Amino acid sequence: MTTPRKVLIADDEPNIVTSLEFLMKGCDFEVRVARDGEEAMRLAQDFQPDLLLLDVMMPVCDGLEVCRRIRGNPATRGIRIVILTAHGRETDVARGLALGADAYITKPFSNKELVAKVRSLLQPAP
Amino acid sequence: MLGTSVVILVSFAYLGLLFAIAYYADQRADAGRSVIASPYIYSLSLAVYATAWTFYGSVGRAADNGVGFLPIYIGPTLMIALWWVVMRKIVRISKQNRITSLADFIASRYGKSALLGGMVTVIAVVGILPYISLQLKAVSSSFTTVLQYPEIAAPAALHVSLPQDTALYVALILAAFTILFGTRHLDAAEHHEGMVAAIAFESVVKLVAFLAVGAWVTWGLYNGFGDIFERTAADAQLKPMLTPFGGVGGDYSSWIWLTILSMLAIMFLPRQFQVTVIENKDEKHLRKAIWLFPLYMLAINVFVLPIAFGGLLHFPRGTADADAFVLTLPMSQKQELLALVVFIGGLSAATGMVIVETIALSTMVCNDLVMPVLLRLRGLGLNQRKDLTGLLLGIRRGAIVLILLLGYVYFKIAGEAYALVATGLISFAAVAQFAPAALGGIFWKGATRRGALAGLAAGFGVWFYTLLLPAFARSQWLPAGLLEHGPFGIEFLKPLALFGVSGLDQLTHAMIWSMVANIGAYVGVSLLHAPSAEEHRQASLFVDVFTWPGEARFWRGTASSPSLFNLLARFVGLKAASEAFRDYARAHGVERPEADADLVHFVEKQLAGVLGAASAHIMVASVVKEEALTLEEVRTMLDEASQIVVYSHRLEQKSQELERASQELREANARLTELDRMKDEFVSTVSHELRTPLTSIRSFTEILHDNPQLSLAERERFLGIVIKETERLTRLIGQVLDVSRLESGRVEWHESLIDMREVIEDTAASTSQLFRERNVRLERNLPSRVPKVRADLDRIVQVVVNLLSNAVKFIEPERGRVEIAVAEDHGFLRVDVRDNGPGISAEHQEIIFHKFRQAGDPLTGKPQGSGLGLYISRRIIEHSGGRIWVSSRLGDGACFSFTLPLAG
Repeated sequence: MTTPRKVLIADDEPNIVTSLEFLMKGCDFEVRVARDGEEAMRLAQDFQPDLLLLDVMMPVCDGLEVCRRIRGNPATRGIRIVILTAHGRETDVARGLALGADAYITKPFSNKELVAKVRSLLQPAP
Repeated sequence: MLGTSVVILVSFAYLGLLFAIAYYADQRADAGRSVIASPYIYSLSLAVYATAWTFYGSVGRAADNGVGFLPIYIGPTLMIALWWVVMRKIVRISKQNRITSLADFIASRYGKSALLGGMVTVIAVVGILPYISLQLKAVSSSFTTVLQYPEIAAPAALHVSLPQDTALYVALILAAFTILFGTRHLDAAEHHEGMVAAIAFESVVKLVAFLAVGAWVTWGLYNGFGDIFERTAADAQLKPMLTPFGGVGGDYSSWIWLTILSMLAIMFLPRQFQVTVIENKDEKHLRKAIWLFPLYMLAINVFVLPIAFGGLLHFPRGTADADAFVLTLPMSQKQELLALVVFIGGLSAATGMVIVETIALSTMVCNDLVMPVLLRLRGLGLNQRKDLTGLLLGIRRGAIVLILLLGYVYFKIAGEAYALVATGLISFAAVAQFAPAALGGIFWKGATRRGALAGLAAGFGVWFYTLLLPAFARSQWLPAGLLEHGPFGIEFLKPLALFGVSGLDQLTHAMIWSMVANIGAYVGVSLLHAPSAEEHRQASLFVDVFTWPGEARFWRGTASSPSLFNLLARFVGLKAASEAFRDYARAHGVERPEADADLVHFVEKQLAGVLGAASAHIMVASVVKEEALTLEEVRTMLDEASQIVVYSHRLEQKSQELERASQELREANARLTELDRMKDEFVSTVSHELRTPLTSIRSFTEILHDNPQLSLAERERFLGIVIKETERLTRLIGQVLDVSRLESGRVEWHESLIDMREVIEDTAASTSQLFRERNVRLERNLPSRVPKVRADLDRIVQVVVNLLSNAVKFIEPERGRVEIAVAEDHGFLRVDVRDNGPGISAEHQEIIFHKFRQAGDPLTGKPQGSGLGLYISRRIIEHSGGRIWVSSRLGDGACFSFTLPLAG
């Protein structure tokens, strides 16, 4: 029996957090929530999630910066990162992926798509 | 007090003072800090026009002819009115062509003719001799008069032996003085700053002296102007003096001719030309001179009649010479100091004239008479001489001595023939002969050299015959029969009644005939032949001086730079020549001056400043092999030059317009780029704002769809979120559309008269739900009568709703209180919405009115709302003619206020 996977959600929109929480809990993941970039980085270190759902537009420290720092920190390097973006802009996506994100999801997203992506990232490689 | 030694001492002291002033001014000029560059000094220097003639002679003439002395001063005053046109042109021409004298001016105009220059010089010298003799006579006789104190007598007859003749000594002393004054060194442009300063000073001295004696006679000797004129009218003999025309004053024709004569004299007397044109430092000084000089004339003539009549009343007829009234009146009353002052005044007037006139004449003699002759005499080998400055100065000094001695000679021969004024008028008539050639030359391009020569010769000839000869005849140096029966008995050619025209006074007669001959010959001969190429060139330079942007180059030939340099060095010295060439090279941006038309012209100009235009031209021509330009070629060059000027002017205008247009384009482009960027930002932000609620809606509806096993509570909660987000989305879309419409101006405004009380009641009702939910109290503070405003009702409602919901949004529930108040404020209606929420920090107070900006509190999370509400409110209020703002302190609530202009 594998230990339950840990997922950290970082988004400042309360309603979106609620829906994401519901979805992740529905997958039997352990969930924590961060409301801004600083909190996200702190929790990444302390909670040591397996995966991070990261919104790019956040106050204090924006998502892309968080991504960069988490990748740069050896303690958190292994975390899988999925960035959530409301912009259709390719630049954000490209930058995110260049900074080390593993996947991206555009809002509004399909729940099924999101869950599938998360699951595939958390699957141990065959 | 009036002993010989005292008078002589004071005289020399005064001359010494003049010299000191001149010396000081020259030093300052050398140091580059000129003292004479002032329009006042300039105007005072012009007053050298008033000589001993004015000082003594005016009174004398007034005593004979009453008011008839005036035309001589009316003339200059009238002429000066024309100066802004005529004199300014002459000054401009002279500066551009580096003219050094009157003869130079005329010679230069007619193709740099040395013959013409020489002729003008001869006429000037001969013509001015009577004038100089007048000054000598005035000084010596005033000296004699003063010495006879306390006896008043008519000056003794002047047939005294040479060594005892005061006048000779005066002439020699003045010669020495003038040499010291004006020939200590050569100035390249013939400027004599020291001289100008000195004569400006002496203008003041003579004015003060004359005013002093005039005031004394009027109020000291008599009891004011009224007194003198009454007494004169009472005296049967003197009464006729008071009528200007028809009486003793002379008739209309003599008045007219005298006026014309003096108008020409103020321009063409060599000394006047020198101070007005050559010594002028700035064209703009002419402006002040135009009213200062007539003012001076007025001042110095104010007391002439009182003194004349006073003298006539005081002295019995025939006992005193009227010319000397200014001296004899004070002397008769034992006013020794005043008499001495008057003497110095007269001395001042005379020396001023002599100095300037002689310097001007000697310059002409040297540059335009002697040098051209010497240069052409190959035997003298002057072309080979290394340094000619010594020779030039020597010639000038010799000329000064010669002129003064000749003046003395005239004085001896003919001095007694006329009174002072009549003598002076003879000189006026002589210089008037220059008028046709000079004035014609600056307005008529068709005037030729031959025409000028013919006119001058004819005019001078007639002048000599009708004015000078009779003077000699009257003094017994020529047979008197000449005057009565004409030469060789030919009655028709009587000097005083040529061709039978009699009945005119001598001067009028002479003027009419000389002008007829002069102008007739000038115009006639000019029309006979076309001007030569050289003449045409010079004519254009002169006549068109105001339209030429620069100076034209008319030259084609071969020269070498070194030979030009050597030529220049011979006349101005090695050092000055090197500097000049260096400046030239620098100005043209070259290492070494190239021998082209420009350099030749430059060297010729430099030389002209020292030698005069005609001589300089000869010298340069000897160094340079010039090819004669045909008239056609000159004309073509001129036409081309003028076309180029016009074309380049147009080009310049076009390029300026282009520059302006491209500048405007750049600015427009920058604005467009900025707008583009702002639009991009707006679109991206809006899209983000719209997607966020959509995300929740989608996510939760999907959850609800896929999870039928949800609890009722959860179902309710999620559905509630969906509903709220849908509302949020709707609101947002509405606001974005609003903003878009407002910015593109596509909003329809429906204005009406609004009662604010109603608005507030309505909005309070519509937001009551919101207030109830958060348990916030709303207070209304409205006066009983609220004046109406004119605006769009729906929009104002929108604003108030926005403010109220903002107020509720941030407030702490339970304890929150919002107050809305209305008041009148200086022609406006003001609405305040006050809350006791967290307040807004200073840095946020402005940006919250911007698009998509909110003052969020990080602790409570992202505020609900789009950030567009206040922006839209501001657009609405400002469109309605009001203002909206916030005043708040952090932690102490906020007060949003807006104003609207009262209707009517």
